[in-house]
Amino acid sequence: MARAVIRLPSTARRGEIIEITTLVQHPMETGFRRTQLGEAIPRNIVRSFVCAYNGEEVFRATLHPAIAANPLLTFSTVATESGTITFTWSGDNGFSVTQSATITVT
Amino acid sequence: MKSRRDFLLAAGSIVFASVAAGARATPAAMHEAVRKVAGDAEIRRGLVKLQIAPLIDNGNAVPLTVTVDSPMTPDNRVRAIHVFAEKNPLPNVLSVYFGARAARARVVTRIRLADSQTVTAIAELSDGSFWSDAGDVVVTLSACLEDIV
Amino acid sequence: MERRQRLFGDAVGHDHGHVSPGPGAPARRVRAAVCFLLAVAQPAAGAEIPAEERRSGYEFMSRATRSMQDDEATNPGVFWLLDGEALWKRKTGAAGRACADCHGDARSSMKGVAARYPAWDETRRRPFNLGERINACRTGRQKAPPLEHESRDLLALEAYVAHQSRGMPIIAAPDRRMEPFLNAGRAAFMRRQGQLNLACTQCHDERWGRKLGGSTIPQAHPTGYPLYRLEWQSLGSLQRRLRNCMIGIRAEPYPYGAPELVELELYLMWRARGMRLETPAVRP
Repeated sequence: MARAVIRLPSTARRGEIIEITTLVQHPMETGFRRTQLGEAIPRNIVRSFVCAYNGEEVFRATLHPAIAANPLLTFSTVATESGTITFTWSGDNGFSVTQSATITVT
Repeated sequence: MKSRRDFLLAAGSIVFASVAAGARATPAAMHEAVRKVAGDAEIRRGLVKLQIAPLIDNGNAVPLTVTVDSPMTPDNRVRAIHVFAEKNPLPNVLSVYFGARAARARVVTRIRLADSQTVTAIAELSDGSFWSDAGDVVVTLSACLEDIV
Repeated sequence: MERRQRLFGDAVGHDHGHVSPGPGAPARRVRAAVCFLLAVAQPAAGAEIPAEERRSGYEFMSRATRSMQDDEATNPGVFWLLDGEALWKRKTGAAGRACADCHGDARSSMKGVAARYPAWDETRRRPFNLGERINACRTGRQKAPPLEHESRDLLALEAYVAHQSRGMPIIAAPDRRMEPFLNAGRAAFMRRQGQLNLACTQCHDERWGRKLGGSTIPQAHPTGYPLYRLEWQSLGSLQRRLRNCMIGIRAEPYPYGAPELVELELYLMWRARGMRLETPAVRP
């Protein structure tokens, strides 16, 4: 099971802009590399990332092979209400990782 | 001045495109990728700030930050940012889309660069306009060759 | 890539200043190596770096790569740490034991351990590195099969254990039993090898800080292993790095687990004594 690491504050004031840093474990095989015997190593990448805040999409990304291995994405959102922020990565070969974090907004 | 330099660069590189084999995107592929995103709209320089180191340790993980100067109000906001690398095998690098709650049009990531080149970021605004910024990067290779495995 | 022969001795085989490049070696790299060889046509002197001038590879990296190492939310090594923490608590082997069953909380029991490795192996009467020690526990105490070299699980455990010593100085405890192995490691560091006929000391003692093909030559202190190397796009061990160095000078690399590699590790850790551990480091 691939791991993901999220960093975001656990509490925030209403209207505050919070920064979220996400990192997911994935080799992001470009499909352009070859083995020593000359065989092509097939492409295997994370294709998409979605962040939703209490179900509403906040940030979405489409990734291409040019994103470095173990993709890092940092973005921000406004803290509007307490709840759950979910993070979903999906990609080739049925890759799918979901993580969630709770946030308390005062 | 900028557009004339771009024209000269494009004219010169078309000659090389036919000689070089598939390991790098042709200027036509880059052009096509940009058109897919922006259609026929004019892409103006400004509003977007692309931050990338001019000289990097290793092309496998190059930190990149793109910020767009925008109030991000419901009727004046950034819809998306698209990043391109003209000399990678594929020109597309990343596309990000901002939802209603996104307060800042900013993304930080790490990208791969196959060669020294210009990285371009194009922002799509809610009023349908397109703005861009570009950064030149020199990519150095690891001095000692290693096995892949 | 065909296997290379290792050439011994001080004689530099060149004809009119041209050393034949292997297939795939870009011209500029060979030019750099040739100029280098012409300049250094004497036996490797082996001048040690004075203690106060020693610098970790961290200081030779760009600010961006340094912050990648410092921030645990952006350091990809964190994935191996999380794996290692899970493995530490998992019962395994015929004995059905977890590392935690004997060693408790790694955060206290493993503090300072990695800083004094390679250590003396009483059973085989020679030094062993942290990975070999972990496998000795697995086979001896957990009654489980040993983990493969460079496998994800072994790297995860090594990283997790070594991480507990992060920030602590490397200890080179004087141990008479280890002396012959330390000397063997030092001799390997000073010995010219490979088709490029280079000794480690020539780059890393005498020319650190200068450029080789666009990269800055570091002093080669193993202060952050296992580390995430951008070139590998993965976590790897010191032995992997040493093997890559040997391939770089066109010498046949020792296989994983070779005693020569452990002796070299021992010497390198002794050479870096007093410097602080950074595991898991990030390096280009």
